[in-house]
Amino acid sequence: MAGILKFDTKVQELKYKVLKEVAKSYMAGTLEQDIPDIPKRIAPGPKPTMRCCVYKERAIAGERVKLAMGGDPNNPNMLEIIDAACDQCPIGGMEVTDACRGCLAHRCAQACPKKCISFKDGDLHAHIDKSACIQCGMCSRACPYGAIIKRVRPCEASCKIKAIHARKEDNIAEIDEEKCTRCGACSYACPFGAIVDKSYILKALEFLKEAEKGGPKVYMIIAPSISSQFHYARLGQVVTGIKELGFHEVVEAALGADMTAYSEAKELSEKGVLTSSCCPAFVRYIETSFPELKDKISHNLSPMARIAQYLKSIDPEGKTVFCGPCIAKKMEQFEPNKNAPYVDCVITFEELQALIDAKGIDLTTLEDKPLDNASYFGRIFARSGGLRDAVAEALKERGLDKDFDYKPISVSGLDGCRTALNQLKAGTLPGNFIEGMACTGGCIGGPCCLTHEVRDAASVDKYGHESKETTIEGAIRSVMMPEKL
Amino acid sequence: MVSVAICVGSSCHLKDSYDVISGFQREIEKRNLADSVKLQAAFCLGKCGFAGVSIKVDDKIITGVTTSNLTEVFDREVVPLLNK
Repeated sequence: MAGILKFDTKVQELKYKVLKEVAKSYMAGTLEQDIPDIPKRIAPGPKPTMRCCVYKERAIAGERVKLAMGGDPNNPNMLEIIDAACDQCPIGGMEVTDACRGCLAHRCAQACPKKCISFKDGDLHAHIDKSACIQCGMCSRACPYGAIIKRVRPCEASCKIKAIHARKEDNIAEIDEEKCTRCGACSYACPFGAIVDKSYILKALEFLKEAEKGGPKVYMIIAPSISSQFHYARLGQVVTGIKELGFHEVVEAALGADMTAYSEAKELSEKGVLTSSCCPAFVRYIETSFPELKDKISHNLSPMARIAQYLKSIDPEGKTVFCGPCIAKKMEQFEPNKNAPYVDCVITFEELQALIDAKGIDLTTLEDKPLDNASYFGRIFARSGGLRDAVAEALKERGLDKDFDYKPISVSGLDGCRTALNQLKAGTLPGNFIEGMACTGGCIGGPCCLTHEVRDAASVDKYGHESKETTIEGAIRSVMMPEKL
Repeated sequence: MVSVAICVGSSCHLKDSYDVISGFQREIEKRNLADSVKLQAAFCLGKCGFAGVSIKVDDKIITGVTTSNLTEVFDREVVPLLNK
């Protein structure tokens, strides 16, 4: 089966292998005694395939096992650094490459505000004094040969809010807890897989075990970005596979998105200015870096929480497990008033794949089961611009579009979010609603997607159009929304 | 109070569970039973393979409910429980 599995990188595959082994042992009831053996299964040796020696490979795998079992409970972050896995990449900064021709013009030196570029006797090439360089990049832009480049560690380059840095003493990556939004961009970017998200698969498996014994039913809430995942099987087969794991029913988080959009439209028309509350990393970014804008955050529950709340209203004993591409959702599950007590567990697509394979389920051989709860608008939340369109539709359906001039701004990636939030703070935002998503392109760019491809946004739209319900009200009335939205 | 739970899971949704919900709402209204019948939603009653929508009246699961047999189902399954 490994032949048809598809991840973007070997790092994802490694994480998946560990998760699968942990799940397999749990299912067999032998996890406790298997723990010391799992690293050997991951790195059987005798020759190393990933690191300098099998012992280092196994030591790292051992750390991964801990993370697969929930990680360090004393670390509040959902992301942990595996020190042994960090390559301690040297920080290059500005570097003159071989492309330097040793010209006469010396535009680089003239452009440098710190005057730290010099030319030594007998050598025509530029030299940068790194102790004085501030890495502004002016020299790089000035060089007609493009001979000067800026080298940044992949983790630091991926974090648009500078919440990760090399530890002074040993260059190992270190996360700034206060700043970090848990978006997980660094974990996907690190080529050595040193930054890993904590997993709660054991919690999900415990719920399923209880359900098998006649305990509470377990519902899986699936994020709409599922439509751009599992390319090797049909969505209907994935739904059947989830049910074979023991889940009672698979429900679309997109239905929660319909509910959120519907009430968000009302809140927006009443308050006049709002920032979206769907993306927990974006919300945390505002709370930690733009506290003065806190009152602008929508008071609506996120789609995940909304649908979980609804499921609990129908089946108060039932357990809700959300599955998506998101690490920040793992944080959101523990936040009182936002999610707790509605969402009982959060897992990712990578983890779902591991559970399916641990149980030996071959998705490609399964019959299709339908998945249809939400409208087109709820489903397109998975990509940037989806929430913007859904709120426009909800304003129209509620007849609020006549008296309210809707001017949405859709931003994704924390750098894009920062620009819009700075404008909002300064009063220069050319709009009155910010749809903010921490991942570039929206949830389809999430760190725990199995794959990230150009076709993903189109897959989401196609999935949206396959919905039975074409309006938000249609989707909401179909499930007898008890409360007034 | 008789509880009527109508499945709104994917499978029943595609078989027009919304129409069945509105049908039941109409029956309840017509018969003036708002105080004695509680209409609810349910996510999957485990009978997805059957034609029509699945519903649960108190603890009994009834499959194959459609807009055309709804009144009959109401008479047969709900009415006898009303005076218990």
